[in-house]
Amino acid sequence: MARRADRPRLLLPALLSTALGTGLVLSVLELHSVSAGLGRQVAEQLPASGVSNPVTAVLLNFRGYDTLLEVAVLLLALLGAWSLESSRRPPLARPAPPVQEMLTRLLAPLLVLVAGYLLWAGAGAPGGAFQAGSVLGAAGILVLLAGWRCRRLAAAGRPLAVLGPALFLLVGWALLLLQGSFLDYPPARAGLLILAIETAAMLSIGATLAALFVAVLGHGGQRP
Amino acid sequence: MAALNLLAAAFDLLLAAALVALAWQALRSPDLFRAIVLFIVFGLLMALAWVRLDAIDVALAEAAIGAGLTGALLLAAWARLQRAAGGADGETR
Amino acid sequence: MNTALLYALAGVALFTLGLQALIVQPHLLRKILALNVMGSGAFLVLVALARDRPDAPADAVPQALVITGIVVAVSATAFALALMLRLRAATGRSTLPEDSGD
Repeated sequence: MARRADRPRLLLPALLSTALGTGLVLSVLELHSVSAGLGRQVAEQLPASGVSNPVTAVLLNFRGYDTLLEVAVLLLALLGAWSLESSRRPPLARPAPPVQEMLTRLLAPLLVLVAGYLLWAGAGAPGGAFQAGSVLGAAGILVLLAGWRCRRLAAAGRPLAVLGPALFLLVGWALLLLQGSFLDYPPARAGLLILAIETAAMLSIGATLAALFVAVLGHGGQRP
Repeated sequence: MAALNLLAAAFDLLLAAALVALAWQALRSPDLFRAIVLFIVFGLLMALAWVRLDAIDVALAEAAIGAGLTGALLLAAWARLQRAAGGADGETR
Repeated sequence: MNTALLYALAGVALFTLGLQALIVQPHLLRKILALNVMGSGAFLVLVALARDRPDAPADAVPQALVITGIVVAVSATAFALALMLRLRAATGRSTLPEDSGD
């Protein structure tokens, strides 16, 4: 890996990295047990947030704006990857080896079910839109790799990817008009709004991640 | 009870050491495929570390996105690099 | 030293290792791996530093930040991989021009 002639070239980065690492260790040791954190404030506002999982409450309610930007970043990455890639269509459908075929038949419906559960349970237990969306994306990748022809699903990729950020933005604007401030959920409706946004976000994240995989995979090695 | 704390502490020490060792191995492995696989394992151990830090949602996200999807993306890119190089020597190109 | 401090220091080690690999390794895929390792290290520090008392419930805000960070990291990784493949298709090498000359 590091040839003898490279030693001088490696020395300076190693010294700088070690210096940075030492500084970071000292900072961490000093920061440890200094901050009180925001746990108390989150616990106080949790009953009014619409969900009982504090992480979901922070993600979708207290810091909902950050999550909106995050789904927008996902979409941006997809647009960027699409602008670089010529192939947006999944690789050619080809029969998969028997073990892969059987595994996909078993796993794909199960993954969809798990995604739905994670989305629903995310309100009160660990879970939520991102975990559910990534499991959905994994199911999509499995189906693609097994060579199943899902023309309608592939065609739905683009609208699904936009659905999450679009719905989030629409809810924010609607609340801006009705309540006076962006993404300010009325506490009575907060749970329902969060569920709606999370569902759209789950579908969007799943579609975007699967589409990103297709963009990186390219033509899938179909040599004529 | 004290024995359980000692066991938990030993587990944490082992997990933290394994994380750093895996990352080091993944970053300086000569074989690119091995590096990617080690990174996926690193991601799964990170999920365990999140559980130890009482961050279950993060553990779910790390296992699915950090290890699974990032690993799939890396392997897809690796496969394309292999195809571009004609599958001869995967590392130098 | 409690659990959280141990993981925070491990996070610092990961960050430093990733930074070193990012600077030194010429192959772009390895640079992307290094960036991901750096990100994981930073997330560990973020959550571990907030976990100063094991008996108290975990602080949800850093966890939400880290979940956001993980999703952004995978988006950036996917885009970076697409860029690398495009560079490969355009120039025939998967290293940056200044690294190819060495």
